Amino acid sequence: MHGLPVNMKYEAVIGLEVHAQMLTESKMFCGCSARFGAEPNSQTCEICIGMPGVLPVMNKKALEFTIRTGLAMNCTISAYSRFARKNYFYPDLPKGYQISQYELPICGHGHVDVIAGGRKRRIGITRIHMEEDAGKNIHEGRGNYSFVDLNRAGVPLMEIVSEPDIRTPVEASEYMRKLRTILRYLGVCDGNMEQGSLRCDANVSVRPEGRRELGVKVEMKNINSFRYVEKALEYEIGRQIKALQEGEKIVQETRLWDPATATTQSMRSKEEAHDYRYFPEPDLVPIMAHCKWIDAVKDGLPELPDAKRERFVSGYELPEYDADLLTSERAMADWFEGAIRAGAGPKAAANWMMGELMRFLNEENKTIEGCPLKPSQLAEMIKLIDKGTISGKIAKTVFEEMYRTGKDAETVVKEKGLVQISDSGAIEKAVDEAIAGNPKEVERFKAGDEKLIGFFVGQVMKATKGKANPQMVNELLKKKLGG
Amino acid sequence: MELYTLDISELRRLLDRREVSVGEVVDSVYKRIDAVEGRVKAFVTLTKEEALKMAGPAQKKIDNKEPGTLLGIPIAIKDNMCAKGIRTTCSSRILEKFVPPYESTVTSRLKEHGYILVGKTNLDEFAMGSSTENSGFHTTRNPWDTARIPGGSSGGSTAAVAADECMAALGSDTGGSIRQPASLCGVVGLKPTYGRVSRYGLVAFASSLDQIGPITKNVSDAALIMNVISGRDLLDSTSAPVDVPDFTRILGQDVRGLKIGVPKEYFIEGMEEDVVNSVKAAVRQIESLGAVPVEISLPHTDYAIATYYLLATSEASSNLARYDGVKYGFRENGKDLLEMYMNTRAAGFGAEVKRRIMLGTYALSSGYYDAYYKKAQQARTLIKKDFEQALKTVDIIVTPTSPTAAFKIGEKADDPLQMYLSDIFTISVNLAGVPAISIPCGFTRDDLPVGLQLIGRHFDEETILKVAYAYEQSTEWHKRKPKL
Repeated sequence: MHGLPVNMKYEAVIGLEVHAQMLTESKMFCGCSARFGAEPNSQTCEICIGMPGVLPVMNKKALEFTIRTGLAMNCTISAYSRFARKNYFYPDLPKGYQISQYELPICGHGHVDVIAGGRKRRIGITRIHMEEDAGKNIHEGRGNYSFVDLNRAGVPLMEIVSEPDIRTPVEASEYMRKLRTILRYLGVCDGNMEQGSLRCDANVSVRPEGRRELGVKVEMKNINSFRYVEKALEYEIGRQIKALQEGEKIVQETRLWDPATATTQSMRSKEEAHDYRYFPEPDLVPIMAHCKWIDAVKDGLPELPDAKRERFVSGYELPEYDADLLTSERAMADWFEGAIRAGAGPKAAANWMMGELMRFLNEENKTIEGCPLKPSQLAEMIKLIDKGTISGKIAKTVFEEMYRTGKDAETVVKEKGLVQISDSGAIEKAVDEAIAGNPKEVERFKAGDEKLIGFFVGQVMKATKGKANPQMVNELLKKKLGG
Repeated sequence: MELYTLDISELRRLLDRREVSVGEVVDSVYKRIDAVEGRVKAFVTLTKEEALKMAGPAQKKIDNKEPGTLLGIPIAIKDNMCAKGIRTTCSSRILEKFVPPYESTVTSRLKEHGYILVGKTNLDEFAMGSSTENSGFHTTRNPWDTARIPGGSSGGSTAAVAADECMAALGSDTGGSIRQPASLCGVVGLKPTYGRVSRYGLVAFASSLDQIGPITKNVSDAALIMNVISGRDLLDSTSAPVDVPDFTRILGQDVRGLKIGVPKEYFIEGMEEDVVNSVKAAVRQIESLGAVPVEISLPHTDYAIATYYLLATSEASSNLARYDGVKYGFRENGKDLLEMYMNTRAAGFGAEVKRRIMLGTYALSSGYYDAYYKKAQQARTLIKKDFEQALKTVDIIVTPTSPTAAFKIGEKADDPLQMYLSDIFTISVNLAGVPAISIPCGFTRDDLPVGLQLIGRHFDEETILKVAYAYEQSTEWHKRKPKL
């Protein structure tokens, strides 16, 4: 068979299935702690171990979290919803089935908007449903034996299934970031892909651009970091296009992303796919979510990232870029608004946060939650700049000192004697000295090398240990040099 | 008079008046067990040590005049309900050594009321069967004729009650597993409304059908135990938030004017003549008490067995998946994981259990789901509507419990379809979720007990108990004892 023309353009069609571990205290169907990282099998009971005769009881908080997420993603909340059993054998699945939802998920028909490559794209959400996590098999260590840790078995998960609306790897990663942001805003998931509290499987196919009919779909698993979302999809799309160009057929299968080789490997074919034999879970009654309760959950929603970003642009007159960055985390946005409330100008606060503050936090691998500075401290410092007490340049020193010691700006300025010199006599003296001490440069300046003004400013600043009011220095120099 | 022959109410009186001690009662029961258990084989595990431990505190409470309906009353538990620290096998090799680290809700409620655990009784493996011949350990004998089966799957519990090896027992009923053996052993067996009694700790066979209920020597004992085990349990989402009445209060009330539905579909070809006659005589007897028999129709009765065997096996195929050799119970090693699974389940499960797992797996498979499982769910809805419709015009429905009296051991063992027909009159009740009781209503020419089934409205166990009690009090059937 001939391959498709090499110069033909292709389009990828991508849908993501995202699993988000919920931040509930207890598991989905029993009272065990849902915390990560405890001693193996220390957070288990007869229910999550799947002893004979036990029964599940739904965690109402998990239902609330899922509804909250559904509402935030513009979903319809079903008034009648059911759990279903997904049957398969695996040692980390103690009951031999996973309690999930199948025919009647709790949320459906939603969307989220993402911006990718400067273009706004609306990605449809097919459904969001609740299910329980499986345990973990541990193969390393002791000879021929494998071990099973069931601490994770029964931890509540949300599965967020997108429509196949995603067209590029960048859109996919932006979509993932958007989900993460929303989940974290809602406080329902910590969004940590590396620890597995946010996981991503992808369905990918390619088709010649302009064609409506879908290509053969490949399911990709194990994409467990934001970095890999784009990489894995790029690789897989490339693989499929190459195969088509070479006249091969795409096989419907499940492929595993291997970060070590940056490739995907076939895991199982369509024929080997499990028949999960879904059927309604008879141990749990259908969920009837009352309108009143759903309304109450809706009323309790925080301001969501899109709305907040728009408000930051219109209300604080921030550039889109700044607004986007500052609203990517709710805690960051809160910190920013804390500074505004304490009297900082929005643009100045945004600049300081996106510049110095982020740099220091990143250096220490800290998030805004772990920031040693209070928003009011930044605001006080910005006010000192506005008043002319310190220069912008000096402020960097002040900021660092504040960040390291936790002291207020005013204290730092006083202790280090960093008050800006705005006394024209003192500045004039320094200007005169700078002119007198550098006759050659004065010659050149007068001959037209006006860039040398910077040199003179530097000299004055050096002499005043940076404390001279830069504006006054400039004005005086220009006057005295006759520029 | 031997203490073991008494019922709960009689024993309660003697214990409360301190004419006998709990120790004497326990002794009497175990003496009886020593004498007859070799022939009846009702138990998988006897818990004498446990019983003696429970006797002391029970006696103390009686001495202190503390309340407790079942203080000092020896009761047997079907071996598919978990009692903490006591082996629970489901009469299956795969759970032969399984000791549950937790207590079922029913046994913990019995405990609160001071019961004495006599032992865990035999059943068809995982409650799948109608004769106890499917037990992984042994077949229980019918005390009325030890060459015959006691019925099943709660055959161990009904035989133990009939043989006076305990005052009462708990059984579970998925398609007739309390009522059919109660009928065949000449005792009272009540399957409550689905959701009336918590299933927490009952090893699941078919979750949407399973229900625990009492097996007793008479109707008032059944009411007493219902008072203890009924009611909402936060550990079982399917247990209903419905108020529990005092079931004993209604006993003795008038049945005059009650409409008794007799479904024409429940007298079929192949039934034993003596069974038909006993049941018809019983209907006349109830009529003589002032109730009004009315012929009714339950038009979808013919679909009940097929519907049941699709739904029950589908649920079972999933419920039994946990017995995989990984976490607890029996394991047969293999060269890899898949082989370990296969070896374990091949050696651990008996033939009937495997048959049902395969049937259910098939019914749920993609491509077959709509034709089997889904269709069966639709049929179930129709059957349920039959009952709801009929029970709008009548107060209760009366039918035979089983088409035959106890059959010989081995008689139907090789013919599963024939065996499945044993439950033809009981299965629809589980599909509809309504309550039903089986009470003794006569004997065949071979001196084998015949049972009468009374079916009520959802959560109206009271009316069937009332009629059952009135009937029982007007007859002597329940007073007969097997000669062992």
